[in-house]
Amino acid sequence: MTDARVAGVGLTRFGSHADRAGRDLFATAAERAFEDAGVPRGDVEELNYGNFMGALAEHQGHQAPLMAEAAGVRCPATRYESACASAGVAVREAVRTVAAGDADVVLAGGMERMTNLPTAEVTEGLAMAADDLFEVRSGVTFPGAYALMATAYFEAYGGERRDLAHVASKNHANAVPNEYAQYRREVSVDDAMDAPPVAEPLHLYDACPITDGASALVIVSPEYAAEHDVDAPVAVTGTGQGTDRMALGDREHLARTPAADDAAEAAYAAAGVEADDVDVAEVHDCFTIAEVLATESLGLFEVGEGIAAAREGITTADGDLPVNLSGGLKAKGHPVGATGGSQIAELTRLLRGDHPNSEHVPDAEVGVAHNAGGTVASAVVHVLEVAE
Amino acid sequence: MSDDGASEDGGDVDLAERTPAPVTDADYDEWLDALAAGEGYALVCPDGHGSLPPRRRCPECGSSPLSREPLDGTGRVETFSVVHVPSPRFADDAPYVTAVVDLGPVRATGVLRGVDPEGDAVEVGLSVDAGVEERATDGEPLVVFRPVDGE
Repeated sequence: MTDARVAGVGLTRFGSHADRAGRDLFATAAERAFEDAGVPRGDVEELNYGNFMGALAEHQGHQAPLMAEAAGVRCPATRYESACASAGVAVREAVRTVAAGDADVVLAGGMERMTNLPTAEVTEGLAMAADDLFEVRSGVTFPGAYALMATAYFEAYGGERRDLAHVASKNHANAVPNEYAQYRREVSVDDAMDAPPVAEPLHLYDACPITDGASALVIVSPEYAAEHDVDAPVAVTGTGQGTDRMALGDREHLARTPAADDAAEAAYAAAGVEADDVDVAEVHDCFTIAEVLATESLGLFEVGEGIAAAREGITTADGDLPVNLSGGLKAKGHPVGATGGSQIAELTRLLRGDHPNSEHVPDAEVGVAHNAGGTVASAVVHVLEVAE
Repeated sequence: MSDDGASEDGGDVDLAERTPAPVTDADYDEWLDALAAGEGYALVCPDGHGSLPPRRRCPECGSSPLSREPLDGTGRVETFSVVHVPSPRFADDAPYVTAVVDLGPVRATGVLRGVDPEGDAVEVGLSVDAGVEERATDGEPLVVFRPVDGE
């Protein structure tokens, strides 16, 4: 595919922003993205904005024009909603728009406010990403759904809670130097094992936190970058998306994520790369088991072998294939509608060499981002490459 | 399945009379009632794919018509979890066991009762009967599984 360049990235700190409306969070992310890109706001031709539960959390629908105002751009603005893959879809459409020649500059990203709701209401809100008739009414919570997948995984391929605890510990360690991360503190494997249960076999440290935050990316065409002397060394060379049956129980296999398989296959094909070419990955670890499933769908590990990767050190910062050097959703935080954009922002920084963890991947040329919605009823995968 | 006549699309809603309630659907409610009466069924397409109502087309292959095939109501636990942090609708039910159960042509998701949620009596492969009971929190009907007698 014709590539699209990431000219600039902007993030808010992820965490609790009790006194800031969503529009203010997105304004900050956009401000930082424009500053990073050196691209004037007036050149933006479209805004693609991801958000999931804003109507519940802020009583605010129709957020896209509001966010155009907040970012200071005047152009067609559309909200994309695909649960926790909302921003991933927004970015994908920005890339496709630029690659198709329909625009030279698109602002893409997302925002979510979650901490202003009580935990029970957030749990209810997140459960909206599951099938209301067949799952939510039957008692499935969002952690509960991933717990069902974890039990099925252990049954099919082996593995145990302690393996998942290694995923949590690794991602917390990665978050320590990341200035945008919600939890910049280490968590030991034993800490994770001892945490209270949320939905067995998942305990507190198997789950990502409740997070406020925003992400923004300035995506430009290579021609625009050349003409305007914009420094944009990282290209999105492949994008793919997949869909699966909404209810987990309706799927052929309860411990695999074919929507992500499909998304990865399409993204790799578009980029002309294979899983073996990947140097670094940011994957959707909303729960520790989700990271395992993601790495298998991306082809980084064979089915059934992803469970041991963190324990064996393969996916740690100093391992052969670092996964979630940002800290992941687990420790960096998961403002659901912003997450997909955040992953690409982090991957861009890692590939450019200006991420605090870039030292762990000094020669990385190919990165992959995996963003999932619901129990991976939706999935978006992007391939990023160093183009210059 | 109900017909989709325009007259059934419900234009006469008095908004002032409405109170917040779970999303509902007549076909789904009919299925719940049937399951409660021990007469559960699956919708099956000409190619043999099973699904639960409401459906107009097979979600697997898009074909129709869908016929009702009776479920014998006994199934196998495919996976489960003990939920400790519930949504508000299940506040008084927790901790509870949620399970996905293979009923033959379809899988159903529900709460597994009659077991100790804190114990280790639940395992993949457990034989259970499917039925309908009330949520402890608000009395709404709920798909419930119980271990087959003698297990």
